[in-house]
Amino acid sequence: MSLSPVEGVALAEIESGGDAEAPERKGVVGRSPGQLAWARLRRDRTAMVSGGMLVLFMVLALAAPLIQMVYGIGPREQFQHLLDGFGMPLGYAGGVSGDHWFGLEPGLGRDIFIRLIYGLRTSLFIAFAAAVITATIGIVLGTLAGYLGGWLDAVINWITDLTLAMPFLVIALALTPTLVLRFYGEREAVSPAFGVGVLIAVFAIFGWTSTARLVRGQVIALREREFVEAARASGAGLGHMLFRQLLPNIWAPILVSFSLAVPQFITSEAALSFIGVGLSDETPSFGRMIYRSLDYLQTDPAYVFFPGVMIFALVFAFNLFGDALRDALDPKSSR
Amino acid sequence: MSPVEEAAARPVTETEPLLRVRGLTKHFPVRTGFRGRSLVRAVDGLDFDVRPGETLGLVGESGCGKTTTGRMLVRLLEPTAGTIEFDGRDITHAGRRELRPLRQDLQIIFQDPYASLNPRHTVGRIIAMPLQVNGIEPPGGVKARVQELLEIVGLNPEHYNRYPHEFSGGQRQRIGIARALALRPKLIVADEPVSALDVSIQAQVINLLRELQRDLGLAFVFIAHDLAVVRHFCQRVAVMYLGKIVEIGDRDDIYERPQHPYTRALLSAIPDVTRLGPGGRIRLAGDVPTPLDPPSGCRFRTRCWKAQDICATEEPALVPRAGGGQATACHFPESGPVAAATGAPAVADDAGPVADDGTAGAGAADGGSGTTVEEVSK
Repeated sequence: MSLSPVEGVALAEIESGGDAEAPERKGVVGRSPGQLAWARLRRDRTAMVSGGMLVLFMVLALAAPLIQMVYGIGPREQFQHLLDGFGMPLGYAGGVSGDHWFGLEPGLGRDIFIRLIYGLRTSLFIAFAAAVITATIGIVLGTLAGYLGGWLDAVINWITDLTLAMPFLVIALALTPTLVLRFYGEREAVSPAFGVGVLIAVFAIFGWTSTARLVRGQVIALREREFVEAARASGAGLGHMLFRQLLPNIWAPILVSFSLAVPQFITSEAALSFIGVGLSDETPSFGRMIYRSLDYLQTDPAYVFFPGVMIFALVFAFNLFGDALRDALDPKSSR
Repeated sequence: MSPVEEAAARPVTETEPLLRVRGLTKHFPVRTGFRGRSLVRAVDGLDFDVRPGETLGLVGESGCGKTTTGRMLVRLLEPTAGTIEFDGRDITHAGRRELRPLRQDLQIIFQDPYASLNPRHTVGRIIAMPLQVNGIEPPGGVKARVQELLEIVGLNPEHYNRYPHEFSGGQRQRIGIARALALRPKLIVADEPVSALDVSIQAQVINLLRELQRDLGLAFVFIAHDLAVVRHFCQRVAVMYLGKIVEIGDRDDIYERPQHPYTRALLSAIPDVTRLGPGGRIRLAGDVPTPLDPPSGCRFRTRCWKAQDICATEEPALVPRAGGGQATACHFPESGPVAAATGAPAVADDAGPVADDGTAGAGAADGGSGTTVEEVSK
């Protein structure tokens, strides 16, 4: 249908305002705030580069078994014949060669490249799972506290304060071995999945507070807005208010906090694995690799170099992308 | 026909009122200091009726309880006391389920068109929201109804999939009006619907509301502080001061023969471009007293030039004076048109050069601004 601007002054105003942005399409094209944010993100070079890196990392992590097939080496294969008598890899830079791109681990002689790929998978899985769980808990508690208010708000705030007051590291140090002992015997091997699960649970218990506070604040700010009152005046129920009116307006800050929470969980996982309460040695992970490499810091610096650079690049890309996302979603905030 | 005869000839109580408000009260508790608690008496005992198809203007200065009243009428705020009867049913404390059938008859238009539309929803979704929430499937589908509503309020029906940020303030207010109309209400509470808009757009929106009122037989409770707009739009006017109605009556009575001193002062404050200087203004000394601790007796007595001892001890009732539909809450009501009888009071607390001719100017002033709006709107 074509437009004929003869229907009055109001119509003419609309046309002069809107169609300048989308001249390529005839007719009326509405652009949602989400589409506008996406367009801004597309124009941001940092966002595109860091986003591309993240996509690459995720593809690598997801395709780990495929890479193993192409590469021809598994994460637990040992190449003792390529080590010298002291357990140090032969050749330069920790045994970098055409077969072993990032060299070999001293001692056990496992391939570093394929262990990094699998470590990436572990890190990303734990970080994303923890971020999704914390975001969900935070959104549910935050919206309920913010929208309903009253005693519920007081109780949830109190729980939030309590959680924030608990020292994360001390509890994680105390909790993980206790849980492991509760389900496994003294000498039994702990399954990798259990270790991962415990880590995610620990993150979930401590990580939801910031999202809950953020969401609560946003909901309180929105609750008194007139469009929410309009819905209430039309007789809308709680579900409509929360999911149709409020949540679509706070996706932006939630998304930003999510994208900044993921790198935080990656480093936390590495840190916990480093001090020995996280994953067992069997599961490939950045933290464990860096921990093991410290013994060889002088004799084989290449061993610490590759996982270090990898975790740095991953966290850096996430943080840059999170910042760019915030700029795109909220163009009014100053740089 | 003189205005007096017109008011007398009008059937005042024959039709059953659509909305009947009795003793409506809203007190907000506030903490003062460490343990003290006190009440803000935002609205303190309002009585008024709105008949089907009638527009009642609610005027008064900022903080007098106009908006609180409007929000209580659509039950966004819970009244502290009093009753609201709508269509013969008491809805004062009705729950959400009981209200549901009534929601369709009772809607609100908000003041700020920038805050009253959800920025993440398309115009189509915004207007369809009341239908969706109440589970109504209009004949011909929701989209057809939305487009029809857009057309009614003078927007292009093709724009239903646009977002609010793509519209100007006046257009947004039209969207808000379309949303209020979606359920075919009988009464719309318009909470300062034009005060956030440019003057030229104000006239367009007011005229739109007027057309809708004529075509759809809507009743309005029109909350405003702009006296010229109210004069243009409303058949009856209630003047509020500090949570109470001080005077209520037909438009012409209120504007031409105000009986309450506060109404007179308010009307004299309408600026007049044809005259320079403070002309016939009645200046009220001091500020509005705090609603935390309103004055005893008549609430206006602290600023009234006619106040006497009885005003402090006895609260004047809102009763009709001299017959007709005009009721005034004053022990010493004025009589006669604005121009004639304000000679003495105008001098009261003001040192300015105020005389009979000055007040005559004030009378002409509101007439003048009324016609200005008429002209702009055409």
